[in-house]
Amino acid sequence: MGKRVLVIEDEPNIIEAISFLLSREGWHVDTHSNGHDAADVVRAKAPDLLILDVMLPGRSGYDILTELREDEATANLPVLMLTARGQSKDRDLAERLGASRFMTKPFSNAEVLEAVGELVP
Amino acid sequence: MPQRQLAGTRIRERRIMARMRQADLAQRAGISASYLNLIEHNRRRIGGKLLVRIAEKLSVEPSVLSEGAEAALLSALREARAAAPGAGAEADTVEEFASRFPGWAALLAERQKRVTDLERTVEALTDRLTHDPHLAAALHEMLSTVTAIRSTASILADTREIEKEWRDRFHRNINEDAARLASSSQALVSYLDGASEVEASATSPQEELEAFLAAQDYHFPSIEDGSGRISDLVNDTPMLQSAPARGLARMWLERYRSDAEALPLEALKRAIGVQGVDPARIARRFHADLAAVMRRMASLPADSGIGGVGMVSCDASGTITFRRPLDGFALPRFAAACPLWPLFQALSRPMVPLRQHVVQPGHGEGFLTYAISQPSSVVSFDEEPLFEAHMLILPATRVAADDVREIGVSCRICPREGCAGRREPSILAEGF
Repeated sequence: MGKRVLVIEDEPNIIEAISFLLSREGWHVDTHSNGHDAADVVRAKAPDLLILDVMLPGRSGYDILTELREDEATANLPVLMLTARGQSKDRDLAERLGASRFMTKPFSNAEVLEAVGELVP
Repeated sequence: MPQRQLAGTRIRERRIMARMRQADLAQRAGISASYLNLIEHNRRRIGGKLLVRIAEKLSVEPSVLSEGAEAALLSALREARAAAPGAGAEADTVEEFASRFPGWAALLAERQKRVTDLERTVEALTDRLTHDPHLAAALHEMLSTVTAIRSTASILADTREIEKEWRDRFHRNINEDAARLASSSQALVSYLDGASEVEASATSPQEELEAFLAAQDYHFPSIEDGSGRISDLVNDTPMLQSAPARGLARMWLERYRSDAEALPLEALKRAIGVQGVDPARIARRFHADLAAVMRRMASLPADSGIGGVGMVSCDASGTITFRRPLDGFALPRFAAACPLWPLFQALSRPMVPLRQHVVQPGHGEGFLTYAISQPSSVVSFDEEPLFEAHMLILPATRVAADDVREIGVSCRICPREGCAGRREPSILAEGF
């Protein structure tokens, strides 16, 4: 079975584009679009990589990441965070909370593929 | 002669200088000509909102009417000196400077006012850019849409062989996203076009409530005299658009009614006339709690004679839940307030009344604050009480420097260096 990625993002057309890109690279892609139960979905799907948006309806990506890092089962899960805010303090916060990689919108497909390739070689 | 009595004479002088008829000024200020006549002949005291309104109609600073032009000039020069403490302006020669070089002094005062106004605008715009939830959401929406378009367009351009179903879907997505981008960018431009009125638009139920209260000048005569129903006040105004805002207004007005019953308006005005503005004295006189007295003082009508009053309340998390602005005391609109405010000290010392003179750098001479934190609901044995804090703000002048606590507005726009309360860097000072 191929590698599994879970994309948690509330913008359906970004989900569609990322899903297309990664499935072409051999990934099995699961998606989810709200923050409320996002941490439970991560635990249930147990992906090899999580792509997580910061601004989600219901719960912030930062809060979700914090919960995941406190859980032994997901403490080391590679997480690529996506955000529309690219200030250094946002980057610092993401790193402090345990994000493996931080990417500012609008990003290019090449950047996504490169980051994914580095996080899960 | 007391200064307030002289204010009437100054209003008359300024009105005549402006070639304005008494009846015209009265109408513009929203009072009767006979009442203005009594004021101008110093037979009625004037202060607070009415003084500010008349000053605005006469195009002068309120202090010109309340204290005279010279006092206003000296005050502006002292402010200029306080704003640049390292410049070496001598404190003891300010009056000599103003009298020997009145033109230069007036120019300096005018420049100081201009700088202060510009700083206010910068503060408000920065506050908005950093914390305005509507702006943040709009920019997030635009960037997300741009990301989707960029990513989808790249797929179409870079993928040599793509199934028809996927290609059609991506074309449709780009078309939808382009329409969305056009519409959200238009909405953003309209929103920013309104940014000249930085304080204008309400973006949350709390702001709807604040706009509603400000439009009523925080005073509801029909509740005071028992003739009005809260539901009518809430439902009959176009200012409370959302159901949560109407819910907040109902809660606020119910407490207003209960406070008004405990501290009836006329009796309260008489008590303030006799006892002064110390809320503790008023509380003793009415056997009322301090928070209720502060709320009542912040809802007195403009002609009550105590001058300007501001108030800020917060819940146990420190979130501001009520703000009545007072000229010169800067309140952040979106950002968290300065942790040095006595309001937050009160929160950490429940039930302890705090009285503190404060000054905000570059924001006038100073203010007298009274603060208290009390349980926000009926206490019981079965649950921990939740506290809320109130801070009443009154103008204060000529306060001894030793008694004054320097406070800020909000970290992002605060120039104080080496502040223990700083939680984020300032755009007005280097470093953290």
